[in-house]
Amino acid sequence: MEKNVALIALFAALIAALGLIPKITLAFGVPITAQSLGVMLCGTVLGSKRGGLAVSLFLLLVAIGLPLLSGGRGGLGVFVSPSVGFLIGWPIAAFVTGLIVEKWRKVNLALVAGIASVIGGIMVMYVFGIVGLSIFLEKTLVESAALVAVFVPGDILKAAIAGMLTSALAKARPASVLSRADVV
Amino acid sequence: MISLTSPIRTRAHDWPAGVKFAGLCVATLALFFIEDVAVNLAIFAAVMMLYVLPGAVFFLAGLRQLRILWPFILVVLVWHIWVGEAEAGLVIVLRLSSAVALANLVTMTTRLTDMIGVVRRICAPLTWFGLRTNVLELAIALVIRLTPVLLIKGRQLSESWRARSHRRSTWRIILPFTILALDDADHVAEALRARGGFNTKETS
Repeated sequence: MEKNVALIALFAALIAALGLIPKITLAFGVPITAQSLGVMLCGTVLGSKRGGLAVSLFLLLVAIGLPLLSGGRGGLGVFVSPSVGFLIGWPIAAFVTGLIVEKWRKVNLALVAGIASVIGGIMVMYVFGIVGLSIFLEKTLVESAALVAVFVPGDILKAAIAGMLTSALAKARPASVLSRADVV
Repeated sequence: MISLTSPIRTRAHDWPAGVKFAGLCVATLALFFIEDVAVNLAIFAAVMMLYVLPGAVFFLAGLRQLRILWPFILVVLVWHIWVGEAEAGLVIVLRLSSAVALANLVTMTTRLTDMIGVVRRICAPLTWFGLRTNVLELAIALVIRLTPVLLIKGRQLSESWRARSHRRSTWRIILPFTILALDDADHVAEALRARGGFNTKETS
């Protein structure tokens, strides 16, 4: 119990910290905000339930007024802004990502974590995000999807990074990758 | 850290947080049923008046927080002028701005402790399903305390990176950063357990 609460709190803090550190430059010189990478890592490292809870806890702190979203955003306002769909999708994205890593054990962890991040951290998240945009901006789903399509390549890169980081973490701290806890 | 709360104390700080929150929910819901441009314009003007009332400092701080909306406003306006429905676009933009401005108003005038009080009350029914509000509150406190700790450690990491390399740190730095977080979680869990964990009886 204490261990789970500590992990959930630490990963919520990790998402916050990843949003507050200066942007990280990728190999191609594209700066990214690492916050959605944090969401993917919550799923791939903590597993479905703990990962989803860590992201929910992070969003709760944003809602009560802490400026923890990248760019120092936060407060109740972000939950009525058009991008709220993405935020609602975050905990579910982490949950789905974690679930895939938990269930699919036969393949190499880096590959599974990467694919899980694509399915959970990109597909699931964008479904929520696009539906949210279309409701708030009164556009069709296709039009809303076109608005955010430009972010997809960056997110695919983040999913690949999440996969590599997860397998590296499994080597550095085997017991810590809880989504695969009994496989070392 | 940047603060989202008001730089000055307003009268609204004394209003019960629960009432402000409930009012915000009702107002936001109502906003989405109003389709008339003139009414939306009037509402937006009224919301802006609320920002002006506590003075210039409050007004400017409030405006700064509305900046996150400009990409959406730009996209919607350009789009609707393009398809020749400028009025419909104006309604969307005004409604959006009013809703976000109202929500920010509640955030700006409510202290963190009052907000946590609202969370506790909203979560009270969930205790029937096994949620322990004391655990939730401890988790909130842990995140608030540990985020700056992680930030300092992250800064030290990137400094040591720079001391060894002439290039800027890449995504690889996230690996040691995550390991730091995992090790911290171990220490925190141990410390919690050493103090009796969550299974001790409440003394207060």
